[in-house]
Parts: sequence; C-alpha cells; structure tokens
Amino acid sequence: MSEKTSDKVSDKIPVTVLTGYLGAGKTTLLNRILSEPHGQKFAVIVNEFGEIGIDNDLVVGADEEVFEMNNGCICCTVRGDLIRIIDGLMRRKGKFDAIIVETTGLADPAPVAQTFFVDENVGKRAKLDAVVTVADAKWLKDRLRDAPEAKNQIAFADVILINKTDLVSDADLREIEARIRGINPYARLHRTERCAIPLAEILGRNAFDLDRILDIEPSFLEEGNGHDHDHGHDHHHDHGHGHDHGGLKHYHDEHMQSFSLKTEKPLNADKFFPWIQNLVAQEGQKILRCKGILSFKDDPERFVFQGVHMILDGDHQRAWKDGETRVSRAVFIGRDMPEEMIRKGFAECVA
Amino acid sequence: MSDTRTDTASIADRVRPVAAGGTVVAVHFLGDDPVFVLGEETLLFWRDGAEQRIAVHGGAILGSTSDGTCIVTGGDDGKVMATNPAGESETLATDPKRRWIDHVAITNDSVAWSCGKQVFVRSAKGERSLDVPSSAGGLTFAPKGFRLAIAHYNGATLWFPNAPDAKPETLEWKGSHLDVTFSPDGRFLVTAMQEPTLHGWRLVDAKHMRMSGYSGKVRSTSWGPGAKWLATSGASQLVVWPFAGKDGPMGKNPKVLSPSEHRISAVAAHPKQEVCAAGFEDGMLLLTRVEDGAEVLARAPKGSPITALAWNGAGNRLAFGTEDGDAGVIAL
Repeated sequence: MSEKTSDKVSDKIPVTVLTGYLGAGKTTLLNRILSEPHGQKFAVIVNEFGEIGIDNDLVVGADEEVFEMNNGCICCTVRGDLIRIIDGLMRRKGKFDAIIVETTGLADPAPVAQTFFVDENVGKRAKLDAVVTVADAKWLKDRLRDAPEAKNQIAFADVILINKTDLVSDADLREIEARIRGINPYARLHRTERCAIPLAEILGRNAFDLDRILDIEPSFLEEGNGHDHDHGHDHHHDHGHGHDHGGLKHYHDEHMQSFSLKTEKPLNADKFFPWIQNLVAQEGQKILRCKGILSFKDDPERFVFQGVHMILDGDHQRAWKDGETRVSRAVFIGRDMPEEMIRKGFAECVA
Repeated sequence: MSDTRTDTASIADRVRPVAAGGTVVAVHFLGDDPVFVLGEETLLFWRDGAEQRIAVHGGAILGSTSDGTCIVTGGDDGKVMATNPAGESETLATDPKRRWIDHVAITNDSVAWSCGKQVFVRSAKGERSLDVPSSAGGLTFAPKGFRLAIAHYNGATLWFPNAPDAKPETLEWKGSHLDVTFSPDGRFLVTAMQEPTLHGWRLVDAKHMRMSGYSGKVRSTSWGPGAKWLATSGASQLVVWPFAGKDGPMGKNPKVLSPSEHRISAVAAHPKQEVCAAGFEDGMLLLTRVEDGAEVLARAPKGSPITALAWNGAGNRLAFGTEDGDAGVIAL
C-alpha cells in the first residue's frame, strides 16, 4: 500500500463474504438474497452445491482450497479456487452487480479476504465489500467457548446477524450482544429471525462501514482513558469478565481485543505508510483486521485503508467536504496485540 | 527509448481490424483463418474479412485449445465443445452436475478436460478420469506419446491415461501451479505459478529450474522454433529463457528484450524464425528478433491489454485480440 495507488475503487465489482458457524443460517440468508425481488443480480460462490434452492446459472460451487504463497508465511494464504472462479466470472462482467462468497462453517475468513489483496488480477476487478457473519443466538455463546473458528468469524465481521432470536429470551440476547461487542465492537449488529433483514443492511456496505468508524462511539468503548480495571491475560477462565458501563454489559474477551485510534491533527503520509507497513510486517499475525480513514497534511482527499494480517490495501476515497471535520481514525481487531506500542506509533505519525 | 516507439519500423498500417465486440481471451488459427475466442459464448471466425459468429457456450468460455483442425472449448455451462473450420460445433461432453469446465487440452484424437480436481480424457479407447490433489490449474498433452501433464497445488502430475495400472507420477514443488507447457522436444515441463515466477523440471531426472524475476503473474508463454527458447509475459520486458542446451535455463540468464513502461500480457513465438510477437498491457504489439532485439511495431499503444496472440502455421499471419474487444489480423 502506498499513497500513490491509482485505481479508484468504484468500478470494481463488490464482493460480500458470508460466514457463520455450522447451522447458524447462512443458507437461509443466501436463499433470501437470491429470491427477493430487489432487481439486483448476484453471482454466488457456494461451498455446497445443491443447498441453494434457486436455479441460477451464476451459482458456482467452490472447493475452499486454501493455498500458502511460497514465502511460507501462514498469514499469506489465499483461496486458490476463488482466484480461478472470479477470473471465470469476470468473463461475464455486466451480467451481475455483485458477488457473494459463502464460506463453510469451519472456515477462517482470512484467506478469503486476503485473496482480494494478494492476487493482482482479482484485486483489479473486485473489491471486498463486507464480511457478514450469521450467528446463532442460541448456540453462539457455547461456540465462542469451544470453536476458535466461530470467534474468528465474529472478530472479522463488518456486519453480524444474530439469528434465531425467537429461540432465546431478551436477557440472553443482551448477553450475546455483549459477548460479541467484547470481541468486535465495530461491527453492525442486527437481530433477525430466519435471517429476515433488508438487503441494504448487508450488501453495498463498504463506504458506510468505513464512515461508521468515524461516527459511532459505543458507550462502552473506551478511548484509552478511565480504563483502569484489570484485563491482564493471566486469568484462565473461559468466559471473559463483565462489568457495567452506563447500563450496558461489557465483556472483555481473554485474547481478542479491539481498539481505535483517533487524531484531529493531520497525519504525515511519509511517516504513516512506513509505520503501518512495518507494523503489519512485524505484528500482522496478531492483527486480524485493521481499517481506517485518514487525513493527510496538504491532501484534499480522504484516504481509506483496510488490512488483514500482514496485507494492506488503501486508496483515496473522495475529497473532504466543506465543513467536514478532518479526523483520522483507525481500528484494530486482533489477538494479544501490543496496543500501547501501536497507539504510540500512530501518535508519532502526526505531521 | 520511448514507449511510443516513434523511431521503430512500423507495419501498423497493415493491421486489418476486427471488431470482436467482447473480451478476446484467445485466438487460434485453423489453416490461415484466425478464430477469436471471446470471453462469453462466441467463437468469431474471420475468413479474409468475412466474419462468422458461432455461439458455442451458454455462458463464459473458460478454456480453449486447438490442434489446427478444430477448436476445443470448455465453458461454465459444463460443456466441452469442438468446432471445425466450417464453423460446425459438436458437444464432446456435458458434465452431469453442470460444473465449470476449467481447462481443455487436445492431442491427435484425444481430448482432455478438467472440472476442479477431476481430470477426464476421452480417446478412441473410451473415457477415463483421474482425481488430482487439488483443482487443476492447467492441462497439456506431451508432444509425443499419450501423456497428460496436470498442474495443481504443490506440483504437477504426469498421467498415462491409456495405462490404467501405471501410477501417475508427481513432480513436486511448493506453491500453486497454473498454466503448464511441455517443451516441444518433450524434454522439459514448465509451469506458471500463482507467484510471479515459472517453475520447470527436466523430465529425465526431475531436476528443478526456477525462472523468476517477474513483476506479475506469467499468463502467457510460447516456445520458439526447435524448442530453443521460451518467451514469456509478466515483465515489462520480453523475457526469453534459453532451452537449447541439455540443462535448459539452469544456471543461465534469460535474454531481456523490448523494454517498456508497461508489462507484456501476451507472447507468440514465430513458428519458423527467431522472432517473437509481444503484446503489452497498453495495447502495443511488437515483433522482436530474439537474436539482437531488433523491433518492428505492429500496433501502436491503444486502449486495453493484448490478451490473445497467435501465428498461423506458415508464419505469415499474426492475429491479436484485446481485453476491450478490439482485434486484428496482420499479413506479412
């Protein structure tokens, strides 16, 4: 990633990645997307051919082949089948408006996301719009305890559907939401029954979700001050611990954390890019996702970036509007991240 | 040297334009007539100015090949089709699950195709299939004998489909292998990888050859006459690897010709002379003499990348196609 990247993101086909643990309701959501009259046409890459009850010649079966790139780094895995399929789909460009990729319940979302950044050909034609995770309201709590994949899927998500809400009480729902927030406070949460949700809430999210990190400050999300309770990693209970902030239950997950960085002073691009590139090269294994909107000194345009592990992607998004507060904000979600070091490094990038 | 090649001898005025109207993914000659393979549905026959469009697939055309007598294509409609010089198509196979036909290969009277990890060969002796460890990245028959090479993750498999008892041999090398090609003398096998590099094996002893230094994925390769060299895309120069000696390119540097600001996207070696046609991402087309790098401009930079390039067997016609649907034929 550098400031000089040229392609504008707008004419790329948006890709929505659909994750969720086994039985959470991914197929229900897919069938909804494909059957509702919304006037949009989707190419859908599914992991289990035949589960989809819709006859559509743009439904493609995938094999979920995760390939290591030959530098041997486990962070740089890609979905080989996805590269092949997207290359094939692009021969029919114009026949669909967006691509949806369904992953298996046990899949790690990282290789899917990384494919869009690592493969030049895919990255030139398609862009990751959002990772949408379907969670089972009744069973998510158990899965967060015993299935690392389920936790990864929550941590990776831009949008989370808490599905099957009719099977649990209100109190249970609030508990589930607090658990999710403990892992990923930045995703949009929706409560659904049988995945009933307006499609605009899950598709075409990219710009909105990036804007969201500027605007929304959940009341339980501290900015690094007044945060004096212990959350060291020496305790080995498996359910995190809770406390209250203004009536909202707040959990800290033992290993997954997230935090946001913010400054109203313009950043120095010549300091920021080397810093973040070095950061993900060193600590990328711990950083599941990062994303941000940046204001550089003497730059009339907003710069947006996102990353998965060691891979970064960024571009100028649009001009800052008159009267818009030029604030830079970045969020990080990961495991056992060196938060203080990252905060310090970011602060030093101020112009 | 400027990218517009203003001082270079030019034959660009000899291009006879063909309005393909859609991305040209390949071009093959049947006799002296080029057949342009479009990304969707259509084969475009061009017979000295007369166009004929034939819809062979109900969707994307994912793979194509030719032995000079017919064009074999595989599509996302699950069909393997053969089309003859008269423009008549025949369905060779239909995948029962309507899976995508990713790759096709042809030799003598046999045709091979792959759907994901499954590879099929149809010959006079019937149809056989083989499962490889991961989805096939490419298929090609050996120049002599009846042996199929299949590129996949972590290597390539060599299979004798007519010897069902013979265990397929696997050549290993870590990483994802895509396109695969035998040297025309049958001594070497070369794959293009997901990473910007080629990998090769000398077949007699499976000795490895790494051919790296590219800035992009190598998506096009072409063997020079007598299998003396292999020209490749993927760099902003024409990279030509020496294969004349018994060690191939082992321990040798490639020739680096025709430098440009843009990457080469397609190559086609002349069938008889030491000349290679090189198509660039900015739409420029050069004919480059491999011995000394002398150039002739065949098409000035224009529009989108050259995505298809081929000579006829006599080497007096060159056909090209581009990503945004321009195409042309040059008579030499």
